[in-house]
Amino acid sequence: MTAVLRARGLGKRYRKHWALSDCTLDVPAGRVVGLVGPNGAGKTTLLNLASGQMAPTAGSIEVLGAQPAESPAQLARVGYVAQDTPTYSGLTVAEHLKLGARLNPSWDDALARDRIATLGLDPRRRAGRLSGGQRAQLALTVGIAKRPELLILDEPVAALDPLARREFMQALMEAAVEQRLSVVLSSHLVSDLERTCDYLIVLVDSRVQVAGDVDELLASHHRLTGPRRDPSRLPADQHVLTESHTDRQTSLIVRSDGPLHDPSWTVGRISLEDLVLAYMSRSGGAGARPALEALR
Amino acid sequence: MIWLTLRQFRVQAAIMGGALVALAALLALTGPGMADDYDRGIAACEAGGDCAVFTRQFFDDHQALYQTLVAALMCLPGAIGLFWGAPLITRELETGTHRLVWNQTITRTRWLVVKLGLVGLTATVSGALAGLMLSWWAGPLEKAGAEQFPRMTPLMFDSRGIVPLGYAMFGFVLGVTAGVLLRRTLTAMAVTLAVFVAVQLAVPAWIRPYYIPAKVTVTKMTSENIEGLMFTDRREVKVRLKQEPGIWELSSRTIDSSGRAVSSLPSSLATGACAPPTRAGNAANAKERCFSEITRLGYRQKLTFQPAGRFWPFQWIETGLFLVLSAALTAFCFYWTRRRVS
Repeated sequence: MTAVLRARGLGKRYRKHWALSDCTLDVPAGRVVGLVGPNGAGKTTLLNLASGQMAPTAGSIEVLGAQPAESPAQLARVGYVAQDTPTYSGLTVAEHLKLGARLNPSWDDALARDRIATLGLDPRRRAGRLSGGQRAQLALTVGIAKRPELLILDEPVAALDPLARREFMQALMEAAVEQRLSVVLSSHLVSDLERTCDYLIVLVDSRVQVAGDVDELLASHHRLTGPRRDPSRLPADQHVLTESHTDRQTSLIVRSDGPLHDPSWTVGRISLEDLVLAYMSRSGGAGARPALEALR
Repeated sequence: MIWLTLRQFRVQAAIMGGALVALAALLALTGPGMADDYDRGIAACEAGGDCAVFTRQFFDDHQALYQTLVAALMCLPGAIGLFWGAPLITRELETGTHRLVWNQTITRTRWLVVKLGLVGLTATVSGALAGLMLSWWAGPLEKAGAEQFPRMTPLMFDSRGIVPLGYAMFGFVLGVTAGVLLRRTLTAMAVTLAVFVAVQLAVPAWIRPYYIPAKVTVTKMTSENIEGLMFTDRREVKVRLKQEPGIWELSSRTIDSSGRAVSSLPSSLATGACAPPTRAGNAANAKERCFSEITRLGYRQKLTFQPAGRFWPFQWIETGLFLVLSAALTAFCFYWTRRRVS
């Protein structure tokens, strides 16, 4: 299967600060990919690089096998719903559809109209007078009706209330299934992604901490509890992510590709949120802040 | 993209259209009547011989409206830069809509070509129309005011002929450039205004006089070519030469026998040869004596000027200069938007 997104040593620097560094990824096609990390971790930078909004400082990135935004043909294959789902506040809903139709040869007008009707949006209403949720839906409609192969969304639900969030994610999932879209979606909340994503990338402090199929990730990470001991004496194929100790007990989250044989451990499954939190708090120094962000 | 640009631009375009129509109506209503008055007046006064009184009177009568229109035309390119140029891209950057439009099936370059092309063309055409309309209307005033306000002089030159076209294009591109560099509409507007005013002051003062080397004449002072000779309390002397009508005087100064500029003639003149005549009868004699004494001492008047006939060459040169500036700024906008803005 071809990769929708392939990055090799990808990095982006703003003046002296690296917003993204040494990012190597292979994201398979046909997946719903969650990109999760605290604010300022480099999620937007990675997505902007993927959509060709900016050029990398180091390394290379390929999207659907080509340079991002290198040609109109490539632009047509990638849909992008930017952070805060921008729309032209002075233009009406119908004018946004017209904009889409004028600027995209691949535009599916019937699909766009259907979605607007289903959402119950008044086509004559200006985008500036829509609620946040409706605006996000409008931006999503423009993104979907372009009929891309890959749809990238940057924190699309960050500003929405819980109900609008759920409706948006539902609409996104339906479109992804119907059109067999690949989707890359970022969020600083694991809960937004938990129900929808089957592939996860955790980005903390401008670096990719872990990336992989959600089921495989859950199968290879475990919570171990047992009598207190030194975690450095674990077998070589078990990597400790977090450890906490009381006087008698040690509790670890470990990644292990092989089976766990030591009978003195009680082995438990961990949730996706625990997994993400483990990676966030592991990354040096910044432990407290990302954890707080993720819990919010 | 053309549709989107026109849709985003329609309010500004309507305002400009309305302003131009209003200007055209005003000029069309007052212009022909004014031209008739001038022709009749000139015919009447030429029969009497001297038209100086009539032309002065005619110019004064229409001066208020004339100056207002000149001022309005001077402001137009600045307004275009402020309200069309500066927000053109910054508004998108501020609201984030550039991320929406740049992710449709259209490259950034094409997006910018259409936006800059359409709005820039409208700006240029507006400037050209306003300039040509005013030139047509002000024809009689130009003739009447040839001595007081020659069209070669700053302000008159700036609002006449084809230069408003160059200014309008430059103002617009300047606004866009400030916008992409600063990325804030208000700051960009302020900077556009400041730079535009600075350019409008700098060009007539330091650049325009040198488009073609100025003509220099050195003349002896005689009672015929001197319009006025004044001795001030601070021992300065001021000389006004009678001039060819319509020239743009760059400098006029008195030089001594070695060619150096002097600020005053010897004060002995004021009490000697050039002392006020005691009896009214020999005033003409006294004047003659004064000037022959000045000439004997070697003082002459040096006049540096651009002749009236250079009006159109200067118009073309200045328009060309502003078009080249605009082209350079446009190229910069493309570079910057493609490379630096995201």
